[in-house]
Amino acid sequence: MTTPDTDGDVRRDKAVTERRLHPVTPLRRAWAPVAVLLGWALHDPDGTQRQLARLTTTTLLIALAVLIPAAALYGFLTWWFTHFAVTESELRIRTGLLFRRTAHIRLERIQAVDVTRPLLARVAGVAKLKLDVIGTDKKDELAFLGEGEARALRAELLARAAGFAPETAHEVGEAPARQLLNVPPGVLAVSLVLTGATWGTLIAALVVPSVLWFFTHNLWTVLATALPLIGAAGASSVGRFVTEYDWTVAESPDGLRIDRGLLDRAHETVPPGRVQTVRIVEPLLWRRRSWVRVELDVAGSSNSVLLPVAPREVAESVIARVLPGVTVPPVSSLSRPPRRAGRCVPLWWRGYGFTVTEAVFAARHGLLRRSLALVPHAKVQSVRLAQGPWMRLWRVADVHVDTGANKTVTARLRDAGEAAELLRAQAERSRTGRKGARPDRWMA
Amino acid sequence: MWTGLPPRLLRMRRMLLIVWLGLLALAAGLLPGLLAGPAWAAFALLPLALMAWGWDLAGRNWRSWRYAERADDLLISRGVLWHTVTVVPYGRMQLVEVTSGPVERHFGLASVQLHTAAAATDATIPGLDPAEAERLRDRLTELGEARSAGL
Repeated sequence: MTTPDTDGDVRRDKAVTERRLHPVTPLRRAWAPVAVLLGWALHDPDGTQRQLARLTTTTLLIALAVLIPAAALYGFLTWWFTHFAVTESELRIRTGLLFRRTAHIRLERIQAVDVTRPLLARVAGVAKLKLDVIGTDKKDELAFLGEGEARALRAELLARAAGFAPETAHEVGEAPARQLLNVPPGVLAVSLVLTGATWGTLIAALVVPSVLWFFTHNLWTVLATALPLIGAAGASSVGRFVTEYDWTVAESPDGLRIDRGLLDRAHETVPPGRVQTVRIVEPLLWRRRSWVRVELDVAGSSNSVLLPVAPREVAESVIARVLPGVTVPPVSSLSRPPRRAGRCVPLWWRGYGFTVTEAVFAARHGLLRRSLALVPHAKVQSVRLAQGPWMRLWRVADVHVDTGANKTVTARLRDAGEAAELLRAQAERSRTGRKGARPDRWMA
Repeated sequence: MWTGLPPRLLRMRRMLLIVWLGLLALAAGLLPGLLAGPAWAAFALLPLALMAWGWDLAGRNWRSWRYAERADDLLISRGVLWHTVTVVPYGRMQLVEVTSGPVERHFGLASVQLHTAAAATDATIPGLDPAEAERLRDRLTELGEARSAGL
């Protein structure tokens, strides 16, 4: 949890060594005033043009002479006033020039730790450390740290969060990792080619502007529609290839490690027992090759992909590592809703499926693009049964299961009697399922 | 084992219904009646019909609300046409909130809301006796602490 706080009580214990970020940081901060100016220029292009026309070379030079030192000073001061410290139980980040803010992040509440290295940061040899904590909207991040320092800090945070004694925590070092899977670039490229979204955006980017040109013969209209469409097409094909390039999943006592990226390298660590939901997504065109995409939900985290593409058996073995003791229920074990459910959701009712195993609540939806969601019983926060008037008529009901990652998994259109029984049994299972779960401090 | 909500809640809801729709009926009757002629005052019948329907609806909705404290979880059942049953295990409760607005206070009511780590959990019991609300809050907090499970 983070609590904004005055820095009064931080001063009390001086024993904690406070550190500063990497000296490169001010350069990044210096961009802020320029970004504000650019934002204003984009927001009001006409006004900008008028203002620019009035400017002479001298005023421009004077403005630059004022602006650049001011930006540099701002960058330097924010860097100077940002400190962080690791104490026994929390990470403290103290920032702010005028408005002081101290974030106290409790280590046992950490859901995931990311170390990202954007392209420019890679050139400068620095990295960004991000923490996923429950209950915060934005990620608390330390940008930038030296690459080695970031890695050491990550290891120390994880060691302390795992419950190692504070005296030895910074000597534990990085836990050994064992590689589980690496996605070859060829497979990734083929998987993107076989994705409907790639072709959909590409076709839209080609067809819509040509049709518009045919009808209007107005270059500006065509450009205004074509550019965003081409951007979307690029993001869903080339953009995804670049971010998901060299996707490596490894296993370590600290949890699951994900390394990825061609230009911007990112590294994620998800400690054990933090995964709330796992989804196995199977697009239509991947089915012949029996490839799947695996997504996961962690409380407070925005990233959700575990495997961008992998053969089903491999994916299932990785899932068994992520959720210990869980086997993915085979397709044949999923039961469909009763036939009369077709009156509520025509055709698509065939895509719904549901089963419960000893360890997970599993629900599938989608007819063409199938998605099977698995929720361990221990992660269920509440269970709901919902029935609308039309569903009452056909004696079917939905059972929703809410997880801590603010996601809801639904077993749709079950027989009403079965749903009532399921509600009772699921409440019981989620209560008892917790007993076998691992503690928050997983090494303690 | 089920507990319903106190009749005061129904009284409060019906009174609010009468006050607001009564005002609307007055406006709908007077304005066209004075501006366009007395026959147009019939517009007032529309809010009145709505009021009669709402009166019945409030009663049915009030009867549908009930909750049960079981050994390990809290059950809340509600809704007539759109029926929902929510089960929240005590160990998953992060926070129990008792709120009471000015109108609720006048009628001697307080509502209890449970929060879990999932925002989708909508476990609210509207309009309880303040003493009962406080008893429920204390009991839930106590049970929640005893069975605390976190995420």
